[in-house]
Amino acid sequence: MALFSIFPRRKTFDHGIYPVEHKELTADKPIRRLPFAPELVIPLEQHKGKPAIPTVRVGQEVVRGEPIAEADGHVSVPMHAPATGVISDIALAPTAAGPKALAIYLKVYQAASQRVLFGLERDLATLSREALVAAVQQAGLVGLGGAAFPSHVKLMPPAGRTIETVLVNGCECEPYLTCDHRIMLEQTESLVRGIELVLRATGAERAIIGVEDNKLDAVEHLRRQLPAHLPITAEAVRTKYPQGAERMLITSLTGREVPIGGLPADVGVAVYNVGTLAQMGELLPKGQGLIERVVTVSGPGVERPGNFMVPVGTPVRFLLEQVGLKDSYGEVILGGPMMGMAVASLDVAVTKAVSGVVVLEREDLDLAERKVYPCIKCGACVEACPISLNPSVLGELAQVREYAAMAEHYHLDQCFECGCCAYVCPSNIPLTQYFRIAKAINREDK
Amino acid sequence: MAKGIEIRTSPHLKKVLTVDQIMRSVVLALLPVSAFAVYQFGLSVLLLLITTTVVAVATEWLFARLSGRGNTVADWSAVITGLLLGLTLPPGFPLWMAAVAAFVGIALGKALFGGLGYNVMNPALVGRAFVQAAFPVAITTWTPAFAPERFSELIPSTLTLPFMQPVPIDDWVAGLGLDAWSGATPLALQKFQQIELPLGEVFSGTIAGSAGETSAILILVCGLWLAWRRMLDWRIPVAVMAGAALTALPFWLLDPALYPSPWFVLCSGGLMLGAWFMASDMVASPVTARGAIIYGLFIGVLTVIIRLFGGLVEGVMYAILLANALGPLISGWTQPRVYGAGSRPKA
Repeated sequence: MALFSIFPRRKTFDHGIYPVEHKELTADKPIRRLPFAPELVIPLEQHKGKPAIPTVRVGQEVVRGEPIAEADGHVSVPMHAPATGVISDIALAPTAAGPKALAIYLKVYQAASQRVLFGLERDLATLSREALVAAVQQAGLVGLGGAAFPSHVKLMPPAGRTIETVLVNGCECEPYLTCDHRIMLEQTESLVRGIELVLRATGAERAIIGVEDNKLDAVEHLRRQLPAHLPITAEAVRTKYPQGAERMLITSLTGREVPIGGLPADVGVAVYNVGTLAQMGELLPKGQGLIERVVTVSGPGVERPGNFMVPVGTPVRFLLEQVGLKDSYGEVILGGPMMGMAVASLDVAVTKAVSGVVVLEREDLDLAERKVYPCIKCGACVEACPISLNPSVLGELAQVREYAAMAEHYHLDQCFECGCCAYVCPSNIPLTQYFRIAKAINREDK
Repeated sequence: MAKGIEIRTSPHLKKVLTVDQIMRSVVLALLPVSAFAVYQFGLSVLLLLITTTVVAVATEWLFARLSGRGNTVADWSAVITGLLLGLTLPPGFPLWMAAVAAFVGIALGKALFGGLGYNVMNPALVGRAFVQAAFPVAITTWTPAFAPERFSELIPSTLTLPFMQPVPIDDWVAGLGLDAWSGATPLALQKFQQIELPLGEVFSGTIAGSAGETSAILILVCGLWLAWRRMLDWRIPVAVMAGAALTALPFWLLDPALYPSPWFVLCSGGLMLGAWFMASDMVASPVTARGAIIYGLFIGVLTVIIRLFGGLVEGVMYAILLANALGPLISGWTQPRVYGAGSRPKA
């Protein structure tokens, strides 16, 4: 081993960037619990697909863990009460994306217990594959890495496709975020149980946990803890952004590329975030629903950064009050700083998809808001794009509003807005934002 | 608490490397080359470099003002054009002609296309090509390196009055008392008299030639520094040199007495300066990695073909200008293969 680590040739994908990680702020901060916020705001649309339908009425008392909204069809998940209290309202609430959306307001009873009071323990060994998939949906599980895609949907590949390999995403390539790192270290048992469940539900032959090599302690830890009788391995991949993007990780670990317009299932793969599987392994045996998640609260604008188990619906304002917000703060980002969204209001609530709250100071932003020069065709963006697009040409087309040509000739739709191009651009051209706008306009034109 | 909350779109982080930083670094890399040129040819070259740089910057400022593009001088790109242009001119080139070259380079080669980022060709070379056509005698009048009085007197042609032809400098050169001065550059000696100067001399640059093109080693070191700092695409100079050396090799093997050796080809004339500092101009070269290699090879091959078979002694300038013109086409041919294209679903 020592011989190999002299020239570590870690598996990886082409292109990508190496932003400063800033993970040292929270990497050694164990997951802690906080008191409940006095009021939780639980949006009904926290996942991809159809919003959940409320099953409670205003004034109704609920206990922690009780279902409060049901799934609307297959691509949808139910919601559960994150705390014991009373439903105070079902009304519009601010969201990170901008437009207000329907949410359930929950007044938390003072001195409410953190114990989950609702759930039905069961023996998973007797469950059929279909019943397992149904149980995953009932638990309200979605991709906790940020995509928030309902987890049970990925357990059932389209007809004609089989899942051979389950990839467990522990890359956490976004700067500042360390919640997945802590989960791998602290919730190993649940994680392994979750992987085992997914292996059973998909019928896959093996599972690989992919971890960036800036978390070798987690790799070592997992290797020690993984039971020998299960076909699960842990593998280090190169620390490079966006290693944790689904398609990039698939290429790094299997050498295959998901075809354009295809699904990971097309190459026999399903990808799950470590946080999702740790929750699955924790909740399913107890028959409980997803009501909290690990959130990294970090950044130069935060006084006491750390990792916290945060009930879904906790307003960002409350969370930041607990850790101390510096006066010099400028931007409050949900998720990581590369792909996350800056909130317009601190009243936005933490949802299932929020892996981090990163607070940048105004100085950091001034640095990012420099003079925009014309494109000097340096090719840095072409060298950075993990999908091998040509952001230089796409940017020029966007400037003359040739949005249709961007999609037709230059594969605009493959862009997943990782931000690499805008990050490296020496001319400070907001390429990623150009592409977001172009895609939105193309969608409307359709 | 929500006072002054800021909202930007992702990515919220930005690499700290901007256009003006890149341009400043290129200027920095050109300074040793310029210093050696002044050391070698004296005060005339100092005046020459100052003239081209000042006129280039002034022209940039003028056109930015006229077109209302704000202050574009601060991006330092005009300084590079001015310095590079000066370095490609003969040491005794009349200053007024140099000023014309700098003006034409920026005005015709850059401003008319829309300024930085929009020029098709390298502005310095556009300027040089203009004066090559306009003043064919002056631009092929060479002076010896290390003239004894070079720091106290100017080459007579330097201060030619505007719109006047330069005075012949034969008498002045004869007065220097240098033996064996033929008035030819190493390239011309090789081409017309089959005299190949020792490699050590062309490599270190103690020879006649344009002001800043003589020292291959110095240009190489400065270029490598830029490439190491990732401020130029190493593929381009490497491809140019590979293309030139590989094209020259078979001819030299056939008849070493008539044709120059690949080493000589690489170290003589403007090839090094062209490869490292002009062909690598980001704006005028293809953006794709494969495109950069094709573009570089094309320049190398064409340079040698012009040198060996053309009427001209030197071919770097036209080779680069031609390749610049082909740049967008090469970019078009070499679009990167998009992730997942051609990947088949697993049955």
